[in-house]
Amino acid sequence: MSLEVRRTDEGLELELTGEWVAQHVPAIESGVAALDLAAARQVSIATQRLTALDLSGAWALRQLLSRARAAGVAVRFRGTPPDQLRLLDEILTDTSAAGAPAASVPQAPEPLAAIGRNAVVAGRDLLHGLAFVGRASTTLLRGLVRPRRLRPISIARHVYDTGITAVPIVALIAFLISVIIAYMSARQLRGLGADIYVVDLVAIGVLRELGVLLTSIIVAGRSGSAFAAELGSMRLNEEVDALIATGVDPFEVLVLPRVLGLTIALPLLAIIADLTGLTGGALLCRYLLDMPLTQYASRVTEAISSTTFWVGLIKAPVFAVLIALAGCYHGMQVRESARELGRLVTVAVVQAIFWVILADALFAVLFMEMDI
Amino acid sequence: MKLYPVLQVQGLVNRFGSQVVHDGLDMEVRADEVFGIVGGSGAGKSVLLRTILGLQRPIAGVVRIDGGDITRMSETQLRSVKAHYGVTFQAGALYTGLTVLQNVQLPMIEHLELERPALEELALLRIRLVGLPAAAARKYPAELSGGMVKRAALARALALDPRLLFLDEPTSGLDPVSAAAFDELVLYLQKQLRLTIVMITHDLDSIFRTCNRVGVIVDGRMESDTLQRIVDHPHPWIRAYFHGERARARRGAAHGA
Repeated sequence: MSLEVRRTDEGLELELTGEWVAQHVPAIESGVAALDLAAARQVSIATQRLTALDLSGAWALRQLLSRARAAGVAVRFRGTPPDQLRLLDEILTDTSAAGAPAASVPQAPEPLAAIGRNAVVAGRDLLHGLAFVGRASTTLLRGLVRPRRLRPISIARHVYDTGITAVPIVALIAFLISVIIAYMSARQLRGLGADIYVVDLVAIGVLRELGVLLTSIIVAGRSGSAFAAELGSMRLNEEVDALIATGVDPFEVLVLPRVLGLTIALPLLAIIADLTGLTGGALLCRYLLDMPLTQYASRVTEAISSTTFWVGLIKAPVFAVLIALAGCYHGMQVRESARELGRLVTVAVVQAIFWVILADALFAVLFMEMDI
Repeated sequence: MKLYPVLQVQGLVNRFGSQVVHDGLDMEVRADEVFGIVGGSGAGKSVLLRTILGLQRPIAGVVRIDGGDITRMSETQLRSVKAHYGVTFQAGALYTGLTVLQNVQLPMIEHLELERPALEELALLRIRLVGLPAAAARKYPAELSGGMVKRAALARALALDPRLLFLDEPTSGLDPVSAAAFDELVLYLQKQLRLTIVMITHDLDSIFRTCNRVGVIVDGRMESDTLQRIVDHPHPWIRAYFHGERARARRGAAHGA
């Protein structure tokens, strides 16, 4: 035990024993709390048998003293009071008692104020986003005048990172999804004796919509997050500030190469997704519906019009720009902490996917109006 | 008192590939002293510290902290040793997602079973101890100046009332006035809390102000002696270090004062 208590006529005699150190503070605190000071007029404390007293232990002792004083009990040390107490007094009284942190627990915001504050934040985010797109555009224009500023080597690196390394996963997923579509539709259409239309469904579905949409979603997850994380950790390391300080425009060397690289890579990936998607459909038709490959091929050419492939592909660069901008924008927003990095990478991916699907919906309406 | 030194390194060997960093390094730190570790860039100061802290296992050699050889300890044993020393890293290494107060509380929550009010007060006590204004407790590391980051890191290192403190370049990146103030603080704490301090530093002023003994890493080994005697060591690098232009100016000023 850390505290021996003897009751006398005068009051309490306390003898501190053992180690009063950080590890034992909880035990010491409960021992001190159990003391009954009410009946005592005087408390005398002996510290001779203490084997160790560190700052936390001294703090616990100080708590005991102030409790006793608050209860109107006189406190006396048998022998000299430990030095650590004097140190504590020094620290706790000298520094700006005025600047002591008021219990600054943030107040729960009122609902109305919260709505207003969120609206302001959302508006500001929108403005910042627009400013970001604007700066990226002007940087691009300046780059078009002097093509060396477009950093072809950096663009090539991003084409490799976002495009070539993504080929296996994009191909695999496009293949599997079109197999699933063909399989599900074959079961339904066979009942109607219309299983030849499986080919139409796969061909039009993959070429117009699924090829590019799936590719974009995979790329948003792969590269949108990579962009945000790369730029975000560069911000945390003050690398972006270092670029600006050396007179290098971070939009020129960081943002634009990523946007352009992805704009080149994503259409190429979409073509690969189209090809493997059609292959998946062909294999399923061959082995499940016993359709010869030549018949599949001729049915595909009948089903699609001259525009079908292009209607799908033209969306790819637009999606690429959206994904790259969402990733870069949120990466550049990172300030101060590692936690913010994680949050903004998440936001980047979610927003990239959202924008892609929204743009896809707009394209669908547009193409419908144009009757293609 | 303890018969064994607080920290003892014997025959330490560290190699990365063919590059030999430490080749039979010996080092001994006694209770209640401020021991400075000096060495050229790439001499292996940081590797030495990482080895002592158990972040990296050496190829050969013994590292004893309070008598126990940490190179042969299990993770759980090492954990209890780690509760007995504090460390500050060169760039502060404060957790950016936490306030200064939470940074100081983190090791306490890990190792002690304190109630919330006690936790709060004990953490605030550390923050005041290192001379930070109480208002700094609620700030995030990104809102602090360089000198305040160093102090906050020191407050976190003191969270568990260690007897042994490791400081990695505590004054680097500070202006001379702040650096001197920081050295004063280190000396004050060393005296008041009877700390044993091991300090890696490049700062000659800092060495002359604070260290009792100095160990210089040269050629993968350590030459250690009292500050007065190490200055006159015959090794060329040590001579160059303590008798260069800057050092002479510093010593001249010291003698003049």
